[in-house]
Amino acid sequence: MNPAPADRKYSKTHEWFKVDGDVVTIGISQFAADELTDITFVDLPKPGTQIVAGQPFGEIESVKATSALYSAVGGEVIEANAALADQPELVNQSPFDEGWMIKVRVSDPSPLEGLMDATAYNAMIQE
Amino acid sequence: MSNASEKSQGAGLVPAEKLIFEQTTPGACAVSLPVADVPPADLRKVIPQELLAEAPPPLPEIGEQDLVRHYTRLAHRLFSVDGNFYPLGSCTMKYNPKVNERVAALPGFTGLHPLQPEADSQGILELLYQLRYFLAEIAGLAEATLQPCAGAHGEMTGVMIINAYHRSRGEDRPKVLTPDTAHGTNPATCTVCGRFAISVASRPDGRVDLDDLRKKVDEQTAALMITNPNTAGLFDPQIADIAEILHAKGALLYLDGANMNAILGIARPGDFGVDVMHYNTHKTFSTPHGCGGPGAGPVAVREGLQEFLPGPQVVRREDGTYGWAWPGPRSIGRVRSFYGQIGVLIRAYAYIRALGPEGLRQVSEKAVLSANYLAARLREHYRFPFAPPYAHEFIMVPEFREHGVTELDVAKRLIDFAIHPPTMSWPVAHCLMIEPTETESLRTLDGFAETMIRIAEEARTTPEILHHAPHTMPVERLDEVTAARKPDLCWRESTEPAEAADNT
Repeated sequence: MNPAPADRKYSKTHEWFKVDGDVVTIGISQFAADELTDITFVDLPKPGTQIVAGQPFGEIESVKATSALYSAVGGEVIEANAALADQPELVNQSPFDEGWMIKVRVSDPSPLEGLMDATAYNAMIQE
Repeated sequence: MSNASEKSQGAGLVPAEKLIFEQTTPGACAVSLPVADVPPADLRKVIPQELLAEAPPPLPEIGEQDLVRHYTRLAHRLFSVDGNFYPLGSCTMKYNPKVNERVAALPGFTGLHPLQPEADSQGILELLYQLRYFLAEIAGLAEATLQPCAGAHGEMTGVMIINAYHRSRGEDRPKVLTPDTAHGTNPATCTVCGRFAISVASRPDGRVDLDDLRKKVDEQTAALMITNPNTAGLFDPQIADIAEILHAKGALLYLDGANMNAILGIARPGDFGVDVMHYNTHKTFSTPHGCGGPGAGPVAVREGLQEFLPGPQVVRREDGTYGWAWPGPRSIGRVRSFYGQIGVLIRAYAYIRALGPEGLRQVSEKAVLSANYLAARLREHYRFPFAPPYAHEFIMVPEFREHGVTELDVAKRLIDFAIHPPTMSWPVAHCLMIEPTETESLRTLDGFAETMIRIAEEARTTPEILHHAPHTMPVERLDEVTAARKPDLCWRESTEPAEAADNT
């Protein structure tokens, strides 16, 4: 299993948040992708959508389960990963890179401070 | 791989069945139409040119006997409680006594019309009146409605009643709490009813975390929707405390009655603080599981909430006759056309009358005993994330990951033993949720336990058997991933020669 990269933050609900200026890229961890098993569909908001911190912004569906995707930050979606429409398996194959989901221009990045770093996240999923 | 190709043809008594489109013989027909006694019209004259197809649709052409055989063969493949063990957790796949069907088929019931005058339908009205009374009594609540036509419809009706109650007090409470073990329908119901669902955490032992509940209940909270026993098959003994925490803030306690099969005649929701609840008659009162309908999801409410119930309700008049009346101006109105799913309600009535109070209590005692017996027999072979005792169902995790075996493999292997796979992967990751119900014999339970133990053994010694299971079906393991990612739902005429297709 790919360990969680150190260049981003992690939520308890297994999303990752990578900051680049005022843009945050959001995806799910390898652990989450493995737990879901083969992902068959990812429902993401269109660019321009406002998302709210702590609320679901999309859904991910596998052969096993459907789960909500949560964002720790609010803001405007500036891009959604269009490749996932035809290749949802990218989330299984490359959750931290090609399987990213949305890029959000954040108004308030402070909720990210409360998230886990890679070390804390890896410790949590070991439990 | 000669075996594989034999399998693809189907084996013995479960032969592969071609689609009806693939059984077509040009010119064959299952019906003989009488000679038309009116002159035929020219289609090109009666249908506008732009709506006319160039060729007739490629409908199957097949003779009557072949048509009957096709559907009869498909019908024989149906898996049902009447054929085999069906321990589908959370669904309470109990046997449906045949006497219920006989009663529901009485001509006095089947010949009724919903618009028939009250005087002509006193029998069914009395039955509905009594059933409502029984359901309120079993719930320990004041009154019930029979209108909702499914469990989730009952939930919606319940939350509409809760909304109406708060509004009658000049409040609009936007929040509804649901434990993180809730059925998915609970938060969905909240959303449909214009509320926000907020999740309440569970403790490691599977019960509600009261500290988290206290943090989240406030004057904006309309209700908590709880299932008790919960979806992990665990009764939450804190339920009266939970009710108190909610009531102190003016919020109501809603019980999702999905798991009433565990507490019939033993505990009454009204007695442990519930204000509103629904039943699933197919789970608790042995009405058929309808694959989407028809169903019934009666709702019961405590004293003080009757005026918000849907209408009309059956009433008993002073002269002893029965008729319809509205609960009053604060009623939430109709939630369904006419009076509910009458045929299903008759079956529930028959079941309750056949068993009586003692019998209903035995239902739950036996359901709980069966679940705990199975859990005890399987304890050494699977991991149990929660400690016993369990209610009417339990959760266990196949821990064979080092052999590459998942819960899906175990579930698929069960098909080879003619057992319906249990509910999977919910509410605990990688789990199986097993609910034997009260209607299975000790012999069936032992047979299931031995099968599960054998599968656990196979998982350790011959995991490849599990990876490819089921082996006894016309097809082996289907590629569910590709089916979900690239669904192909339409039959198209093959462009390849028929003979080539037959040989694959």
